[in-house]
Amino acid sequence: MEERVWIKDEGIEAGAAKLTPEKIEKTINAVFDNETGARLKAYVETCIHCGLCSDACHFFLSHDRDPRFSPVGKVKQTIWPMLKNKGKVSVEFMKQAVQVAQTECNLCRRCVQYCPFGIDIAYMMSLVRRICHKQEITPLYIQDTAHSHAATMNQMWVKDDEWIDALQWQEDEMRDEFPNARIPLEKEGAEIMYSVIGPEPKFRTQLIYQAAAIMNETGMDWTMPATPGWDNSDMAMYTGDSEMMGRLKRMHFDTAARLKVKKIVMGECGHAFRSVYDTGNRVLGWRMPPIPVIHALEFYWDLLNEGKLKVAKTFDEPVTFHDPCNVVRGRGLHEKAREVVRAFCPNFIEMIPNREHNYCCSAGGGVINCGPPFKNARVEGNRVKAEQLKATGVKVCIAPCHNCHGGLEDIIHTFELGIELKFLGEIIYEHMEKPNAV
Amino acid sequence: MSEYAAWDWSVGSKTVANLAECDCEIQWREENQASPDGEQVAAVVNTGEGEFTVCVNGSCWEPRYERVWYLRYSPDGRLSGLACDEGDWTMCIDGEQWEETYGFLFNTMFSKDGSVIACCVADAMTYGMVVDGVAWENLYDNANNFHLSADGQKTVAVVQTVPLGQAEIFKFKEGVYSVAVDGEAWDVNFVNAWTPRFNADNSSVAAQIRLNLFDYTIAVDGKPWNTVYSQVWEPLFHPKNKSIVTPVRISGKWGMAQDEKIIWQPHFYQVWQQQFSPSGDRLAAIVCPEYGRWTLAVDGKTWNTTFGDMVMDLTFSPDGRRLAALGKQDTKWTVIVDDRVWSGQYDMCFAPVFSPDSQHVAARVEKKGKYTIAIDGKEYGQNFDQCFDPTFSPDGSKVLIRAIAGGKYLRIVEPVANIIG
Repeated sequence: MEERVWIKDEGIEAGAAKLTPEKIEKTINAVFDNETGARLKAYVETCIHCGLCSDACHFFLSHDRDPRFSPVGKVKQTIWPMLKNKGKVSVEFMKQAVQVAQTECNLCRRCVQYCPFGIDIAYMMSLVRRICHKQEITPLYIQDTAHSHAATMNQMWVKDDEWIDALQWQEDEMRDEFPNARIPLEKEGAEIMYSVIGPEPKFRTQLIYQAAAIMNETGMDWTMPATPGWDNSDMAMYTGDSEMMGRLKRMHFDTAARLKVKKIVMGECGHAFRSVYDTGNRVLGWRMPPIPVIHALEFYWDLLNEGKLKVAKTFDEPVTFHDPCNVVRGRGLHEKAREVVRAFCPNFIEMIPNREHNYCCSAGGGVINCGPPFKNARVEGNRVKAEQLKATGVKVCIAPCHNCHGGLEDIIHTFELGIELKFLGEIIYEHMEKPNAV
Repeated sequence: MSEYAAWDWSVGSKTVANLAECDCEIQWREENQASPDGEQVAAVVNTGEGEFTVCVNGSCWEPRYERVWYLRYSPDGRLSGLACDEGDWTMCIDGEQWEETYGFLFNTMFSKDGSVIACCVADAMTYGMVVDGVAWENLYDNANNFHLSADGQKTVAVVQTVPLGQAEIFKFKEGVYSVAVDGEAWDVNFVNAWTPRFNADNSSVAAQIRLNLFDYTIAVDGKPWNTVYSQVWEPLFHPKNKSIVTPVRISGKWGMAQDEKIIWQPHFYQVWQQQFSPSGDRLAAIVCPEYGRWTLAVDGKTWNTTFGDMVMDLTFSPDGRRLAALGKQDTKWTVIVDDRVWSGQYDMCFAPVFSPDSQHVAARVEKKGKYTIAIDGKEYGQNFDQCFDPTFSPDGSKVLIRAIAGGKYLRIVEPVANIIG
């Protein structure tokens, strides 16, 4: 086996320099004793170390079946020694554990499906991240993002006015194409609150434009908030800062409740959906989102089936579709997504494997947010994705998730695949009927 | 607008405005706003390419702007909109704009009686608040969590007092945020601060703070409580003294602390949106007593009725003896008053409103896209395309209904007895 590479990260190193054996032991045991229960016990005691989870993991497959990159191998390098030694592990061990849990597992949950007992290894990696958060050894860049969430309630340090300005700018831009178009701000009682993630007002404003065009041209009664609470994203969920995750999700749902909307429609983001639909709501005491959350894929499908969204022309180039983990394994939107894709793209070619068995982008789970130090490892750890994409023979891939876009872009570039990535909304915007356009 | 008691409380219905009529050429009309007394209906209107104004009862304001947004009536009936002219922003009130202009204005706020109008300002990449046109002397690299005191005499916000570069996580953890009252920051920084609030006479400010990544507590006038918690929510001053209550999380469960002393034992899955009764004798909050079930607790005692989706808009009656809120179960909303649920199930309910004598509760409700109001669970006999919150007459015997039907804005005064039967 190749020698394991341990990457230097400023956040990890500085945090580790302050760790003591006592603090390590205390934090590990505090998390195990106070924050876990039957679930962890069942997982640890049920696992028969069969290794069937290995073939699920893109890191394992891309590292020529190196068992250290298998899901169970990641547990073996983190949780098991912590439990066995009752928290008495070294600083060096913790530095390696944080790299494994925070940068070599995307929490994509593909492996859950390969485990005969359905053990959720992503849960255990999240637990490791929680411990690392308590020890303040989280990688620098994702910690900075968590700080942004805490200070601004959004992921990208977007100030209150910058958000509003981005929306008003996009509204102005739209009026060249749709003279009467609006992005209604703070419209109490609208049917829909549309929410996005921090990067959209920061550097992907065209997605706001396209979503607003779809809303306007399909006659939706919608609004966007002019206050914090607009951002549905959540890197605190991925750093193990569940308290901040709760604060963010409360702000999001409070905003929707204040606006008296009936549902939240969210843009093409996977991790935010996980936070709003699964983890963030539940940490606050809700079994399900208190206000229904509709991911963009499902929203497009609804519009299409209700006859509100009409295809004006098709996108005839061959395309493939990348299933994001959080809305496919996490919500089962794969068939609805395909129906929408096929309506606009008749030359649709499946990548194999697909649907809930699709390979992860290797960016999700906060891995891409750990920044430049881990970029090469992330991309090299997903050679199988490059092979999977290349095998389709297509030059266009639809990826309805921001993190997937980031991860796939790097893979496409590194492996010189020559594939263009698109959001589904981008194709819809360009090919739908636009009755109000000039 | 005249004083509340002097409003026209004559029983009857009148059409105040035909929304299709306007004395200027308009391309489109935006969301309608009704004045508190019901005598006016207004909306931002587009009067040509890149040109906006406000139409009030069919008559347009004279000024034209590149943009007008966040049109709202103040409680005293003045109509305010944030307006942009040649890239400069101002507040336009009843067609007259502030003399001052700024880089950007947002988040309009009113004092309780409406006599003071404030908003937030971003100017030359610095941030603060503006009150009746006048900005804080000190603006900051960033500010948020803005708040105006109930009487409008004081403002407060969380401010960034130390520059922070990209990915400076260690500097962040040293604390770069503080709280500024009327632009003057506390002489202490925290890792984070949120939701600063004034006490009744504005002599004190309390805020949530984070001392490091894990320890949360309340700071009062810059001084943190001695006790730290794994989480806290917004602090609330007692209406008659400087006592502060705040939900706190201890060992994974939520309770209520008053001046660091636990007054509601931490056995809830959630506690938030606490409110004192007007006299301060009673304290209520929205709570989650059983995972996934929501209700109210009053002085720590949980109501029997619970909802699976959510509970919102907790409202005390003026005499403090009654309590109402909205509950949602299986996507349908209803009103809950004194632990008893209205029979009506709605697609949406808006915040409950008590009559001044505390005898009746009204709410704006929506079913299948049609709006009306309901009092004590009984719906008014007419549905509307749009409806605004109801207002009781000073003696509680009548209700003012402001609504839009068939493109016309209506002002209706109806005896309460006619609705509740």
